[in-house]
Amino acid sequence: MTSTALQESRAVPAPGSARLSAALWRRAWLRATLTLSPPLAWFLVIYLASLVVMLITAFWSVNPFTNNLEHTWTLANFQQIFTSTYLTIIGRTVGMAAVVTVTDAVLAFPFAYYMAREATPRGRQLLFTAVLLPLWASYLARVYAWIVILQKGGTLSWFFTKIGVGTVNIGYTNTAMWLVFSYIWLPFMIIPVYAALERIPDSLLEASGDLGARNWRTLRSVLLPLALPGVVAGSIFTFSLTLGDFITPLLIGGANSNFIGNVIYSNLGTANNLPFAAALALVPIVIMICYLVGARFLGAFESM
Amino acid sequence: MRRWTLGGALLAALSAVVLVAGCGSSGGTSGSSGSSSSGSGATAGLTPPQAGTAVPSSVGKTEGKLNLIAWEGYAQPQWVNPFEKATGCQVSVKYAGSSSEMVSLMAGGGGGQYDLVSASGDADLRLIYGGDVKPININLIPSWKDFHPFLQAPPFNTIGGKHYGVSYEFGPNVLLYSKKAFPTAPDSWSVLYDKKYAGQITVPNNPIQIADAALYLSKTQPSLGITDPYELTQSQFNATVALLKQQQPLVKKYWDLASQEISLFSSGTTVVGAAWPYQANTLNAAGQKVAGIIPSQGATGWADTWMLATHAPHPNCAYHWMQWVTTPKVQAQEAVYFGETPANKLACPIMDSIQKGSCEAYHANAPESYFNTIKFWKTPLAQCGNGKNDCVPFQQWVTAWTQITG
Repeated sequence: MTSTALQESRAVPAPGSARLSAALWRRAWLRATLTLSPPLAWFLVIYLASLVVMLITAFWSVNPFTNNLEHTWTLANFQQIFTSTYLTIIGRTVGMAAVVTVTDAVLAFPFAYYMAREATPRGRQLLFTAVLLPLWASYLARVYAWIVILQKGGTLSWFFTKIGVGTVNIGYTNTAMWLVFSYIWLPFMIIPVYAALERIPDSLLEASGDLGARNWRTLRSVLLPLALPGVVAGSIFTFSLTLGDFITPLLIGGANSNFIGNVIYSNLGTANNLPFAAALALVPIVIMICYLVGARFLGAFESM
Repeated sequence: MRRWTLGGALLAALSAVVLVAGCGSSGGTSGSSGSSSSGSGATAGLTPPQAGTAVPSSVGKTEGKLNLIAWEGYAQPQWVNPFEKATGCQVSVKYAGSSSEMVSLMAGGGGGQYDLVSASGDADLRLIYGGDVKPININLIPSWKDFHPFLQAPPFNTIGGKHYGVSYEFGPNVLLYSKKAFPTAPDSWSVLYDKKYAGQITVPNNPIQIADAALYLSKTQPSLGITDPYELTQSQFNATVALLKQQQPLVKKYWDLASQEISLFSSGTTVVGAAWPYQANTLNAAGQKVAGIIPSQGATGWADTWMLATHAPHPNCAYHWMQWVTTPKVQAQEAVYFGETPANKLACPIMDSIQKGSCEAYHANAPESYFNTIKFWKTPLAQCGNGKNDCVPFQQWVTAWTQITG
């Protein structure tokens, strides 16, 4: 059958394009090379090359007088990172990323559970829209809205005064940053957790019930372990987005609110100290690689 | 498993780098630490690379084009369009967001692309000593003789009698306060360091702010011997940083944008702070009861200079531009548009004709004694004005500022 087909195709003189596609069909490696090389080239040139350039820059220094780059190898930039000022800032950034991630996980789980397993199809659609709607508005607009809410005499303070608690003035503090970060990145946690919860077959929950497990026990022993990869996948987003942010600290933070990103920004924008900025920029990269390796062990990449 | 080998390799490489650096810092393997390398002796007695460049004796035929690097608001159609019509030089503008961005854009003598940059005092010396700008013939700019004397050859743009540009406009950094919180006007920067106003103080998030504290200390602690807030020895610098670290717990917010400070004052979050006249004027226009003053210790300030790129491709158009923007009319238009003070003394009546009372509001008619109270921004250099080489350079100001703001 195949041999007849081949003979027939040979009998008819094939046009160039047909011959090309036939050649590609016969040589799988050529096909793979041709389809993969543009994205691969993009990845190598745009992604990795820029990282390598940054890595190299981190070993140079800047002439304090003329601000010109000096291409002599030095570890001074990395040594500077390991001083208390920058360790505090790195600690604050990582700590905030962790707290925001935990907050979002705690908030997202019941929400995603309701969306995935309790809500009617129509209610689910509404909830989806509600979760995604803020993402359509500009990040800046949402952060500015929080300034109005949190500042002195703002909405929050007005509300607490009305219910008799007294004035609150948490604008321009790390507490304010925590609230805003948790709000802004929440959708990035809800969606993967929802995806993980939706995939759990009802039969497993029924089996758990049949074996005598109460709701709490089912949640602990069946739902949570199966949803964990989704939580970890969401945490990659919330953690890395917080880790790399510098706009919210700039707008919402007060004194003692610098993030790694702010220091990088000021070293680029104000000091023009590219090498130190590059060295500091490697810190979140290293942290994220460690985080991703950890996330992989928890199976996060199965539910992305 | 396979797809993780690349990631693993990258991780290993990066971790190794960071670990090696970490060990290096504790073991002290590297000879040059951050601080000692920046105080190198290479800068002592340095002359600007372009100091020997000859200046033209007349302005030649225009080239038909002019490329500017400018602050936003420095190339408005009101004065660019008539300039293009009069000279035939088509103006293209690249707006820069910070002094350092200007320095970066001007690297390599303006990149062979840019002609002029409207640099502020904190960038000027970096441009001059980086060889990015060259001397100009100041006699080719007729309005220059009508300038306030202190802006004719200020130390931030004139080195060894050579003018690396022509002054443009300037303004002070003022003490902004709410009249509600201060029934009697404060007369000292000390209110910014007063525990009484804890949590109600805001200052700019800018390392050059260290100079404000140094200026304050130069008057309140004369024993430190600070004569110039931009030329601080290590011990003077340490005392200044210590003062700012004491101030930090009192600061509600280090502002990055003028709009942030305006919002902080209109909501009543802060009642006193360091500001530009722009914030005071905007808040007053919005009906807020605030005032911006220069306290008894004086104030820091900025002064901008149009500087000529070393490799300017259109030098004749550039000279025409410098002539044009220093005329009283353009000086007045710019001053009113941006809210600052013109360098040209003759601009005052024109300012009032554009906007009544603006000459007075922006101090364009103030006596010379007023200008002497302003210490204009300049790049802090290791090389102090007296030829010694023991001052703290700007990079360390940035590092210290990160320590201060946390």
